[in-house]
Amino acid sequence: MSGACDACLRRGYLIGLLAGRIAGLVGRPGGPPSELLALDDSSLAMAVGGKGKDEALAFLAYFEPRRARADLRHAGVTAVCKHHESYPTALEDLNDQPAVLFCHGQVELLTKLDDEPAATVVGTRDATPYAIDVAYDVGRGLGVAGITTISGMALGIDGAAHRGALGVRGPTIAVLAGGPDVVYPRSHRDLHRQIAESGLVVAELPPGQRPYRWSFPARNRLMAALGRMTVVVEAGESSGTLITADFAQDLGRTLGAVPGRVSTHAAAGSNRLLREGAAVVRDASDVLDELFGIGGDGTVVGVGDVGSARLGCATSPRELALDPVDRRLLDAVESNLDVDAISTFAGLPINEARAALARLELRGLVRRDGLFGWERVRPPR
Amino acid sequence: MLASVPTFALEGVDAREVTVEVDVRRGLPAFTVVGLPDTAVREARERVRSALLNSELEFPLQRLTVNLAPAWVRKAGASFDLAIAVGVLAASGQVPVGALDGCAVSGELSLGGALRPVRGALPIALGCRANSIRRLVVAPEIAAEAALVEGLEVCAAPSLRRLVDLLHRRWSPAPPRPPRAAAAVEPREVPDLVEVRGQADARRALEIAAAGNHSLLMVGPPGAGKTMLARRLAGILPPPTTAEALDITRIQSVTGGADGLARERPFRAPHHTISAQGLVGGGARPRPGEVTLAHRGVLFLDELAEFARPALEALRQPLEHGSVEIMRGQVALRFPARVLLVAAANPCPCGVGGERCECGVLTRERYRARLSGPLIDRIDLVCQLTPVPGPSLASDATVGESSAAVRERVVAARGLQSRRAEIAGAASNAELAAAATRRLVPLEGPAARPIVAALDAGLLTGRGHDRVLRIARTIADLAGREHVGRDHVVEALAYRAVAPGRSAVASARKAS
Repeated sequence: MSGACDACLRRGYLIGLLAGRIAGLVGRPGGPPSELLALDDSSLAMAVGGKGKDEALAFLAYFEPRRARADLRHAGVTAVCKHHESYPTALEDLNDQPAVLFCHGQVELLTKLDDEPAATVVGTRDATPYAIDVAYDVGRGLGVAGITTISGMALGIDGAAHRGALGVRGPTIAVLAGGPDVVYPRSHRDLHRQIAESGLVVAELPPGQRPYRWSFPARNRLMAALGRMTVVVEAGESSGTLITADFAQDLGRTLGAVPGRVSTHAAAGSNRLLREGAAVVRDASDVLDELFGIGGDGTVVGVGDVGSARLGCATSPRELALDPVDRRLLDAVESNLDVDAISTFAGLPINEARAALARLELRGLVRRDGLFGWERVRPPR
Repeated sequence: MLASVPTFALEGVDAREVTVEVDVRRGLPAFTVVGLPDTAVREARERVRSALLNSELEFPLQRLTVNLAPAWVRKAGASFDLAIAVGVLAASGQVPVGALDGCAVSGELSLGGALRPVRGALPIALGCRANSIRRLVVAPEIAAEAALVEGLEVCAAPSLRRLVDLLHRRWSPAPPRPPRAAAAVEPREVPDLVEVRGQADARRALEIAAAGNHSLLMVGPPGAGKTMLARRLAGILPPPTTAEALDITRIQSVTGGADGLARERPFRAPHHTISAQGLVGGGARPRPGEVTLAHRGVLFLDELAEFARPALEALRQPLEHGSVEIMRGQVALRFPARVLLVAAANPCPCGVGGERCECGVLTRERYRARLSGPLIDRIDLVCQLTPVPGPSLASDATVGESSAAVRERVVAARGLQSRRAEIAGAASNAELAAAATRRLVPLEGPAARPIVAALDAGLLTGRGHDRVLRIARTIADLAGREHVGRDHVVEALAYRAVAPGRSAVASARKAS
């Protein structure tokens, strides 16, 4: 069900070998080395030049596929080359398509990409809490509908989208800039493990490779190509996420963006995309409408559940049992008011308002937000 | 002939007695000073010689040896001039040696023989009392300050000549008027809480902080009035007792800022660029830092997140022990540092906070990490401030209570605490030891329930537990209640400072 021919495997490891040297060749930081990655093996070796050329030529001459396969087995990684049936046809739209994908996890998810459309959900690492919530909900909604969420496992939006999907055991694919077994960022160790368990991690670089500056935009082109639609949840004007959006447009994929507050810098880029004609995405249903047409074609199970899975719609029984004053307090906390405003809103003197907050905290309905304010605890979903 | 004159050397904010021994004997004329003098002390020779000659006194052309005992303490400054001069006079028989019994002198001399004031008159006077010295001669400028100490005869001598007359009982100065008599003088204008509109949450927290001496963190956007409120804290704290006033004045005296007996508690607001040394004191010749200058008063750290980490780290020990210890060579100095710590911070890096905040989660995370470090676990209370909208500023409807009204409640609450002080072993609730806390705040029945629930929910640590009890005790004191009730405990829980954990967004997502 999976595999890679020797030539493609050699190619994959060649890129890994030259990753550091490619970094030196890429003039514009942040730009993908498309021209380089489109070259064939020996031209790439020549293009690298110098000592790297000799190394690369020697490598090409003496590459041992058996040892590489043993290495892969050892790392628990499967290689899927472009000649293999599992290789997603969507990548063939790229003129510099990777010869081989190094996969860690459920490789069937790759096959699924040819049968059903998937959505790429990306955004800034330094996202607003609002955007994090939206990303989580989109991932969750897609997961409920059985649609694959593709993202980059970065901090912020990416992670939230993956987690949303994982939370409902929905399919999700993380495309990494380093090797498939290299956790980047490190703090996403648990997320990486979860995705590898119930989803799929894919990478262009072989196992053990750390990510390079050039490999992030290179990864972005894969994410853009793999999804039928790319959703930018939140991106600033200079965000790397916009590179993904550019790729998606160049490849003729649908582009969507989540509206952000117009005064928020973090959302300036995504708002501009909307202004330039990207589809408005409010939740997973909007994504499904774009993928399947309004109303859907019914082939996808569970689309109808998406609405009820949306954030904040459910009211937990614990909240229903509250007296009216506490309810008002909870609403005030929900709207991010400070304590003075909460006390006015709830019509309580300040010491009673504080005490009431503490009572809600004890009942697990609100908590400290980590920056000295209060926030609502989401009802368990 | 040999004579000895007691004087004092300043060590931190204390005065150490130094005996100046002068030996005059026949031999080649020489003038030697021993006993670890620094350059300024060695230069005293020239000042003393000229001062004597210009005062129509005789400078003995003999072999003069001056020893400053104890010899191992480093002596600095010009405050030994007078003692050396008097010692020379006594050793050369120009003043009766008996007149110097139980009499200390301290002053710098001008070449013309006039006495100049020295720093630290009050610690010197306190040192006299501690060493059973009955009489102290200083320059007239600082006599009043020295006279704050009871049971000490302070003589203000304008010149060396006058001092010789005094020792011969040919002249006696008018006793200095202790500035305590001047209590009727209008106290300096202290900003009043009445000028603060709105801010119910912060007002309440400020009152609790003042009543129990709990440290407070005010969180609010720029312009919300954090500094304004902090400055008004001194006005609602109980006025210093006489002992406390002496304590405050003693420190001001050493740093040269004393102006009679302090009637108010100090308010210090160091800029956030301050170094660790500036904050807690130090230097080659150790000087008190801001935390000592704020002793018995308020130390206000505005923009807490901007302070250098080492500076905040250095604050931990003084806040815990109420004093700073500095080691220099063989000498360990102790500066008092019992302060009410008030800090202010923006709610997030963009400063706006609340629903209009634009900060991303990463930015917030970084900010949180900066704050969560060294100091936050020394903070008892946290309150929030909101910028008051323009119309409310102008209207009279939002006018709050005056400082005097709040102070009345605070003083009453402190009164309850000082009545308990004996069994509590602490002057204020914030200083209660763990055992005393549990003894004084017995939680029974419904009052204990919220605490138990908080512990069960993992909202409280052991340290946080005691802290909440102390705050609850203060809230009950403010209400004039003997027993701590459930409401007091719940309110204390709501004001307690929580070290910001991982951002809630991140942890919630992690959990799901």
